[in-house]
Amino acid sequence: MATTLLNFAAPSSRLQRLSRAGSALLRHCTIPLFGIAVFLLLWSVAAARIETSLGTFPGPAAVWQQAANLYEEHRRERVKAAEFYARQEERNAQRLAQDPTYEARIRPYTGKATFIDQIKTSLVTVLSGFAIAMAVALPLGIAIGLNRPLNLALNPLIQLFKPVSPLAWLPLVTMVVSALYTADEPLFPKSFINSMITVALCCLWPMVINTAVGVASIPQDLVNVSRVLRLSPLAHVRRIVLPSSVPMIFTGMRLSLGIAWMVLIAAEMLAQNPGLGKFVWDEFQNGSSESLSRIMVAVFTIGFIGFLLDRGMQEIQRRVSWDKGTATR
Amino acid sequence: MSVILEISQVDKEFSTPSGNFVALKGVDLKIEQGEFVSLIGHSGCGKSTVLNIVAGLIQATRGGVILNGKEIREPGPERAVVFQNHSLLPWLTAYQNVELAVKQVKGASWSKQQIREWVEHNLTLVHMAHAMHKLPHEISGGMKQRVGIARALAMQPQILLMDEPFGALDALTRAHMQDSLMEIQNELRNTVIMITHDVDEAVLLSDRIVMMTNGPAATIGEILDVKLPRPRDRLALADLPEYAALRARVLRFLYEKQRKVEPLGTAAGARQSPAAMRRRSVA
Repeated sequence: MATTLLNFAAPSSRLQRLSRAGSALLRHCTIPLFGIAVFLLLWSVAAARIETSLGTFPGPAAVWQQAANLYEEHRRERVKAAEFYARQEERNAQRLAQDPTYEARIRPYTGKATFIDQIKTSLVTVLSGFAIAMAVALPLGIAIGLNRPLNLALNPLIQLFKPVSPLAWLPLVTMVVSALYTADEPLFPKSFINSMITVALCCLWPMVINTAVGVASIPQDLVNVSRVLRLSPLAHVRRIVLPSSVPMIFTGMRLSLGIAWMVLIAAEMLAQNPGLGKFVWDEFQNGSSESLSRIMVAVFTIGFIGFLLDRGMQEIQRRVSWDKGTATR
Repeated sequence: MSVILEISQVDKEFSTPSGNFVALKGVDLKIEQGEFVSLIGHSGCGKSTVLNIVAGLIQATRGGVILNGKEIREPGPERAVVFQNHSLLPWLTAYQNVELAVKQVKGASWSKQQIREWVEHNLTLVHMAHAMHKLPHEISGGMKQRVGIARALAMQPQILLMDEPFGALDALTRAHMQDSLMEIQNELRNTVIMITHDVDEAVLLSDRIVMMTNGPAATIGEILDVKLPRPRDRLALADLPEYAALRARVLRFLYEKQRKVEPLGTAAGARQSPAAMRRRSVA
């Protein structure tokens, strides 16, 4: 009797555990999915009621269709490019067969940039701008954090430049770049340089501020350890100051990358850098019946890439930083 | 026995918005080679200030400290400090924390092999060999303090300064740590200054107990020689009349002669008064 009860009890408790795990999974998946479903519903209902000069505001279905369309265009363009190169190879081979001294040349394909190409351009631009900002901000932040007079001297300037919009910087950057960047065959297009510098100027500040605060706020106990050990100034910075401020530095870098991505779209619109910003602007100018849904595709893409950039940064932080607490926020 | 450290007529004043605050006045103390001295007194009496002056972390306003014939002007590894809250670098493992100190003190003259053996030896001494590759946040408070002690011992200081080393630990862990410390002292015979507010700890560990008066202008009130035989065992001592007498001397100093007047401290007052009251009813 007892054994049958036990046998009966065991699987049922396992079942319970299973169902508890299942319900947790359900909760973690269903509630967000429910939120998305409500959003899609509200969007399609609201969109159907908005009549613009370019037709009805696109609902989820129209946007989805344009997303597929944009990908299809990209694929067709790739096929064309491949055919273009294949034709050149063939022609070169024929010329060489007739005339062995002929120097074979491959002309680059100059078809229009597809949506995927524009995403790549945007990513390259934002990461270059961010890298420049990082190269300036980290040393500057460390210097400011260590040196109180330097902090007092630069703080007003930092506070002044921090809230400036990229749109204000861009005309100045454009004029300065065209004045100074005058190579005959430039390695990078000017539009790229303009966008990159604007991005760097805007995302510099959170990194400088966080690095400086992180460096300046080392616990006194750790400073005392360093003093008792008589660490040299250089060893003090390398062994105590930098590791101690790594969590703050990473927080600043994450903030900066977020700002960089946001600024980039505006900068590309104005600088005509062939990235996502230019895509949005061109579609707006184009004004076809598909434009709004294509812009909506860009909006979601921008959001999703921004999310991925932040997650990537968080992952790097989790691997590099000793303070796992700040990395999960 | 020779005098290793001399604290000579030390005054310390802190400038505050309402004028100078005299924290220490005429602190005078000689410590012999191999002696274990505890500083005891109520919180805020300037025990830590004395220790920080000896460590070189702060400067005396008047007077000075002489270690082996040389005046102390700045911190240095020959006066290793065990900090109250361990002060391990949180991004380094227990091993690396000790290694940083060893490399800094011995680095130039020692081989890698020697450094590794010395780090491991000191971690074994404090019973941390099993967890030496753990990060500080992965080990308990008592273990962190053990690593802090290993780091200080590994510097082979001329004098070891301990600032309430077990103050943040629970009673059982503290008893374990005191036993470990006595075991280590039996072997190494370091000169130690330890700050404590625990009477039993002071009597158990010390050769001399230096009792400080309450601030402002705190100074040394009484010095008590503890001539209990070593090695000491806390259970055997508990039944010893000399132990009880020494304990009573310290308690009487702290709770009769230097009764701390707590203006707002109902909680602190309640914590302190039973001992004093018991003593008064006995008398």
